Amino acid sequence: MIRFDNATKVYKRGARPALDSASVEIERGDFVFLVGSSGSGKSTFLKLILREERPTGGDVYVAGRHLNKLSAWRVPHLRREIGAVFQDFRLLPNKTVYQNVAFALQVIGKSRHHIQTTVPEMLELVGLAGKERRMPHELSGGEQQRVAIARAFVNHPPILLCDEPTGNLDPGTSVGIMRLLDRINRTGTTVLMATHDDEIVDQMRKRVIELRGGQVVRDQDRGVYGLERV
Amino acid sequence: MRLRFILGEVFNGLRRNSTMALSVVLVTFVSLTFVGAAALIQMQIDQLKDDWYGKVEISIFLCPESSRNERCAEGAVTTAQEDAIREVLEEGALEPMVDEVYYESREEAYEKFIANDSDGIWSSLTAEQMQPSFRVKLTDPEQYQVVADATQGLPGVDTVRDQREIFSELFRFLNAATIVAAALAAVMSVAAMLLITTTIRLSALSRRRETQIMRMVGSSRSLIQMPFMLEGAVAATTGAGLAIGTLYLGVRYMIDDWLKASVTWVDYVGSADVWTVAPWLLVIAVALAGISSIVTLGKYTRA
Repeated sequence: MIRFDNATKVYKRGARPALDSASVEIERGDFVFLVGSSGSGKSTFLKLILREERPTGGDVYVAGRHLNKLSAWRVPHLRREIGAVFQDFRLLPNKTVYQNVAFALQVIGKSRHHIQTTVPEMLELVGLAGKERRMPHELSGGEQQRVAIARAFVNHPPILLCDEPTGNLDPGTSVGIMRLLDRINRTGTTVLMATHDDEIVDQMRKRVIELRGGQVVRDQDRGVYGLERV
Repeated sequence: MRLRFILGEVFNGLRRNSTMALSVVLVTFVSLTFVGAAALIQMQIDQLKDDWYGKVEISIFLCPESSRNERCAEGAVTTAQEDAIREVLEEGALEPMVDEVYYESREEAYEKFIANDSDGIWSSLTAEQMQPSFRVKLTDPEQYQVVADATQGLPGVDTVRDQREIFSELFRFLNAATIVAAALAAVMSVAAMLLITTTIRLSALSRRRETQIMRMVGSSRSLIQMPFMLEGAVAATTGAGLAIGTLYLGVRYMIDDWLKASVTWVDYVGSADVWTVAPWLLVIAVALAGISSIVTLGKYTRA
């Protein structure tokens, strides 16, 4: 589903590479944690998958596409196959919960009928049934993140990228979000989650890819956050 | 769905940025009014030229009895000299340029002169004091200089005068007015473009969250950029509409109602000419907005 072949990303000529010959293969339906300290290359890793950046060396394949060769006008099609969730939720503050989720379908040209049937299903899935008409500021952090997940997943993309989805949430709420991501993973969706949250990683016992200084230093099935903890 | 979405976004953008949108409307309005005015003045000049130059003749004044002009030192023009001049006009190299030659004798000139002198101030003049002349109509009025040069030095010729000289002052004035209008239009158009650029940029920045999400969920670049482009286009087109309205009213009230009544001997541009200019103003408005959007949007709504 996602394959990096010696992928390297150098932002500025002469600077230390943000990602240094990373080779990783993630299969359909995998649940993978991407760990590492700040500046280890996690964000670059995700940006390469979303084709926000192009690799300066090596190859990146996502959902059957060779991203090095993907032309700019095909990028939107790639992004329709990837849902993305962020630490800061990125909801539209002047739209209701329903409208926020529907927005993702509207802007890729789905029919009104499709939207009207899919959005309530998705809100039900993330546990927000009955809160369709709330505004984001009326929701708790956990609920806002659920809206963001609903928006990312409403088009049933085969890949879900999560960048520190629990970074702004307390541990109890985080567990709920992890359960939700696990449920989404069980529908066959590949989930790749970048995180700092060692407790979650240790509890979930999923595959862990660790980056340090742009290099993949560990790729372990059923791993924990870090072998040497600070 | 998409159309509704785009229109909704355009409306929202214009509403949120209403003061900027209004300034774009006003600036394009003023600049396009000047563009239109310049175009109408040029059309007026062309119309006058067509109208008048066709009627205009070259007058070759022949030497009278007594003249201070040293070319006429030998006294009045002789018949032989007149024939020689006529031959130059009708048979030589000038022949293809000359449409018609008419000889106005002293007596005819005198009669015309007296007929125009209703107050009788010049009644003491006699036919002998008048100048005979050739009136030459040219096939192409622009060839005036060639004919003048060829006849100027001939014996018996006093002066050669082109009636166009009478109009040249007027045309010079109108051309200057065109240049002023065009210069103002150019400056205003630059201002309009900068304003449209700023407006689109503000609009894009204020909706960065939306565009970011749109990018993320994979909506096409055109759908992301379209609302901003349309916003600029709607504002600029509204400005063009106002400019067209102003030009129309200007022509209606200034020319149709006022000038036409007071100065009747001129053929003026009319409201029909405004409609000829109008589509071009709209095209310019859309082009202004288009160029500004392309310049701005590449940067602010990166795919």
